[in-house]
Amino acid sequence: MKEQLEKIKLEAKKALDHAKNIEELNDLKVKYLGKKGELTQVLRGMGQLSAEERPIIGQLANEVRDELNAILEEQMKLIKKAEQKQKLNLETIDITLPGKSFSRGTKHPLTQVIEEAKQIFMGLGFQIAEGPEIETDYYNFEALNLPKDHPARDMQDTFYITPEVVLRTHTSPVQVRSMEKLNPEVPVKIICPGKVYRKDDDATHSPMFHQIEGLVIDHGIRMSDLKGVLLVFAQQMFGSDRKIRFRPSYFPFTEPSAEVDVSCGICSGNGCKSCSYTGWLEILGSGMVHPNVLKYGGYDPTKVTGFAFGMGVERIAMLKYGITDMRLLFENDIRFLQQF
Amino acid sequence: MKVSFKWLQEYVDIDITPEELADRLTNAGVTVEYIEYLNKGITGVVVGEVLEAVKHPNAEKLSLCQVTTDGDNHFQVVCGAPNVRTGQKIPFALVGAELPGGLKIEKAKLRGTESQGMICSAQELGIKDEGLTADQKEGILDLDPAAPLGVDIIEYLRLDDCVLEFDLTPNRSDCLSVINIAREVAALLGKQVKFPEIKFSEIDKKIEDLAQVEIKDSNLCRRYVAKVVEGVQIKPSPQWLKHKLICAGMRPINNVVDITNYVLMEMGQPLHAFDYNYLSAGKIIVRKAEKGEKITTLDENERELKEDILLITDPQKAVGIAGVMGGLNSEVTQETTTVLIESAYFNPNSIRKTSTNLGLRSEASLRFEKGINIETVVDAANRTAQLLAELADGKVLKGIIDNYPNPIERTIIKLELTKVNEVLGTNIEDQQIKEILSSLNIDIIEEIGSVITVEIPPYRPDITIAEDLVEEVARLSGYDKIPTTLPFGASSKGQKTLEQKLRDKIIDTIAARGLTEVINFSFINKTNFDKLLLSPEDMRRQAIPVLNPLSEEQGYMRTTLFPGLLETLRRNINRRSENLGIFELGKIYLPQGFPEKSILPLEKWILGIALRGELASNWQDKTQPVDFYYLKGIVENLLEQLKITDILFKPCQDSPLYHPGRSAYVYVSGEILGIIGEIHPQVTDNYDLPARNYAAELDVEVLLKLGHGPIKFKQLPKYPAVHRDLALVVKEEITSSQLMEVIRTQGGDLLSDVTIFDLYKGNQIALDYKSLAFALTFQAEDRTLTDKEINDIHEKIQKALAEKFQASLRS
Ligand SMILES: [Zn+2]
Repeated sequence: MKEQLEKIKLEAKKALDHAKNIEELNDLKVKYLGKKGELTQVLRGMGQLSAEERPIIGQLANEVRDELNAILEEQMKLIKKAEQKQKLNLETIDITLPGKSFSRGTKHPLTQVIEEAKQIFMGLGFQIAEGPEIETDYYNFEALNLPKDHPARDMQDTFYITPEVVLRTHTSPVQVRSMEKLNPEVPVKIICPGKVYRKDDDATHSPMFHQIEGLVIDHGIRMSDLKGVLLVFAQQMFGSDRKIRFRPSYFPFTEPSAEVDVSCGICSGNGCKSCSYTGWLEILGSGMVHPNVLKYGGYDPTKVTGFAFGMGVERIAMLKYGITDMRLLFENDIRFLQQF
Repeated sequence: MKVSFKWLQEYVDIDITPEELADRLTNAGVTVEYIEYLNKGITGVVVGEVLEAVKHPNAEKLSLCQVTTDGDNHFQVVCGAPNVRTGQKIPFALVGAELPGGLKIEKAKLRGTESQGMICSAQELGIKDEGLTADQKEGILDLDPAAPLGVDIIEYLRLDDCVLEFDLTPNRSDCLSVINIAREVAALLGKQVKFPEIKFSEIDKKIEDLAQVEIKDSNLCRRYVAKVVEGVQIKPSPQWLKHKLICAGMRPINNVVDITNYVLMEMGQPLHAFDYNYLSAGKIIVRKAEKGEKITTLDENERELKEDILLITDPQKAVGIAGVMGGLNSEVTQETTTVLIESAYFNPNSIRKTSTNLGLRSEASLRFEKGINIETVVDAANRTAQLLAELADGKVLKGIIDNYPNPIERTIIKLELTKVNEVLGTNIEDQQIKEILSSLNIDIIEEIGSVITVEIPPYRPDITIAEDLVEEVARLSGYDKIPTTLPFGASSKGQKTLEQKLRDKIIDTIAARGLTEVINFSFINKTNFDKLLLSPEDMRRQAIPVLNPLSEEQGYMRTTLFPGLLETLRRNINRRSENLGIFELGKIYLPQGFPEKSILPLEKWILGIALRGELASNWQDKTQPVDFYYLKGIVENLLEQLKITDILFKPCQDSPLYHPGRSAYVYVSGEILGIIGEIHPQVTDNYDLPARNYAAELDVEVLLKLGHGPIKFKQLPKYPAVHRDLALVVKEEITSSQLMEVIRTQGGDLLSDVTIFDLYKGNQIALDYKSLAFALTFQAEDRTLTDKEINDIHEKIQKALAEKFQASLRS
């Protein structure tokens, strides 16, 4: 019997080694280890053995069974692995084919610039204010220290709705509207983004465009604070290596007034075609709020001071993205808008 | 304002280059925009004389000339200019000369004749057209017969000069005067201004015997000064004067006119010279125009005048529109011998109105309307008289008429010196503040402690309050001296309002659905209302007109976003982009009682969407056209994002913009949010769009009112959900929402969700019928539902559907 067992073991081992797939292995399992398998057959003959021989053969038979089972399991694993590998091989796809296409929606570049500006100024504690686009002469001009006969009214070509109502020529009327709402509260810290209108239409002017107005009123506000706030803005909007420069200017609603330039990013301020070889790009007008405007807003100019600034969003977008013709911003060409 | 650099140097020592000066002025707020050098590269060109000019023997259009530059030597020159003639003084380029653009003059043979040099035109010398007469532009440059032979043309024409071109802010119109610019330069460079000496002799004849001035409206004419000069010889001005005027962009005419222009530029005082012989009784009356009064101005236009226009008249007629333009009837001509010089101060607003009204802008009106220096009116008249004596052989009558009824006092301002640093955030010493003010001729007339009282010079009407003085100190000490600080004081919170957050969220959500945001103009053409098929009563036709639009295209404020959206589709299709999904979040403008009952119109935020063409396709997915449901999905997705749940879509058959069978009103909690649907084919045609286009207009205010509630977490279900399908066959006209409503009502709380997963029409079911398949989800929060419970509800639903809609189960 011992020889018989050894023989089965040898045969089974050989067969298991040569098995090519799971089915063959299963067949071999039945053949050698099953209920009617060869090993079982042998063990059935145990009854004829002597009492001394029985435990020895029994142990041997168990050893053979365990060994065969182990081999079987090992083979099973190997074959499964091979089969899976083959299956995965067959499933290979061309990963260079393009992915599913989704149309990418875009926000208008002006919306994006306004949003970025809002975030910057909110970080500095500014609230976002708004006002009407169709505005009274009073808020658009008079309360901004621009009485009816003021020569500076010529600076802005105004669209009129009635003799007393205009399309606002700047976002500045929101200054007085906000002051009226908030006085005597301080600090006032607002920005107002929005549409404005002027009678102009060429490559650098559009009859409708966008501005962001800023206003701060508090005790002891200084022009140096204006410089500081605008430096933070310019560096966050255009890059931390940028510098700003103030030049004296004139606006009826600020005194002193300043035109603000940001250093040219293309030439790092050394001068190039984009900045007309000056190293600087004009980005906004600003100044200390004129005492008359504070009075119109209900604040006492002997007690508080303030600064205000106004920037053209189109100008910022054009500088930021390198757009050369303002009209592109209002043509709504999908090929243009999809670039942002 | 344009000024010759050399002219400016006559009044102040400038020891820096024109570029450095331009920088200094610009940084002080008097912006120099451009510096133009006049010598564009000329060497070897001198003043010559044409001794003889005859026809070239071999060429019809050429002349053969003999030119001399010293009276002895002759050069033979072939010249093609039609205006060359014997005896003429001309710029002559000798052999070896160089002209702008690099042209070198060499000996040449033209049609067999030797030519030793070239007679130059203004253009060849690089001289700009401004200041040239018509025939000077055409041919060679005809020089003054008195031009000295052989003198370098650069010296003679003063081309070794440059022109500073200023871009002045409206408050600095004092710099429309060379002397005032010199004052600014002197303050910046720490120099003194050298004023021209006004000195001339007068004859015994008294002005009072010849002339009188009467001001009838002393509010519009604050001061009127007259001076009379006899024996005037009208002739061309000397080259130095012409040069200064040309640099200033003015064309020399004759000595009298040029002198008035010269003093205008020099002192900023507009002047007018009348031919005295045409002034009736030698009397000037300054008065307002009478009704229907007419005058023919110097430009030979007859103008009918409004009654509030200020006139210069004599007892019989109007001889000029005050401050704007003189009359033709009293103009200085070649025959003039006696002139009356007018130097006056007119009310700035009145001049501005008049010049705007008549569409006449002149160097004079420009200065009057900004306000001139009332204290130099007399000086300017005398300066003119002086130059008339020097350059026009004039005899100046004794005395001056100065009619100045109510002298204007100088502005006095108090300044607390600490205010300067308080406002600027700087550390400027009191002493420096005072020095800066005094360099600007702002005199300290009183000083008590740190408070100074100053007197403002009359040429600076822009300085009226203490803040103006702060600016003067800031700009003279340099804006770059202002440090960089951040505001201290109470902190404030930076935030958006709820509405601003909502609008930002709408844009984000719609863009996330793949649509592109557009921004259209707020104004539209009225013709859009017809193109949109709006009925005559449609409120959207009540658009607010712009009184002075740029064009009809931009004549009205939009009452709907449709025109902009549809035109954007059209424009992109023209540019070969045919699959389009766009949106705009913008305002419409509705009268709402404006202007009769409300001060301002209503501005309403609207979300507009327009779609057309196909969805993005690729090799895997077939192209699929966008349709109503795609648009509806976008809107539903937005509402879901805004936590708006009470939504109802009702068929919309009454909007002219939409396809009556493919559009819907969107209701949110019973309020109309807007309309969505396919655009009416006729509207599509009117905008020249290929079929099919979809659009929506939604009222942002309704979204604000109802949406955007706080988000509250709901427990995840603990007990399993059971799914059942329900396929129904119903008549075509029964809508899915009708069925859905019954299913929901009958399903009650245990029916947690219903969706539609199939719609079938076709030969498997009867004509006029359709099959709709619903997926029902049952779930309870507190237990696992039994089969029986679910079967009961399911049956209840089926029964109700059968009763109400004769719905049968699809077998
Ligand atoms: Zn640059």
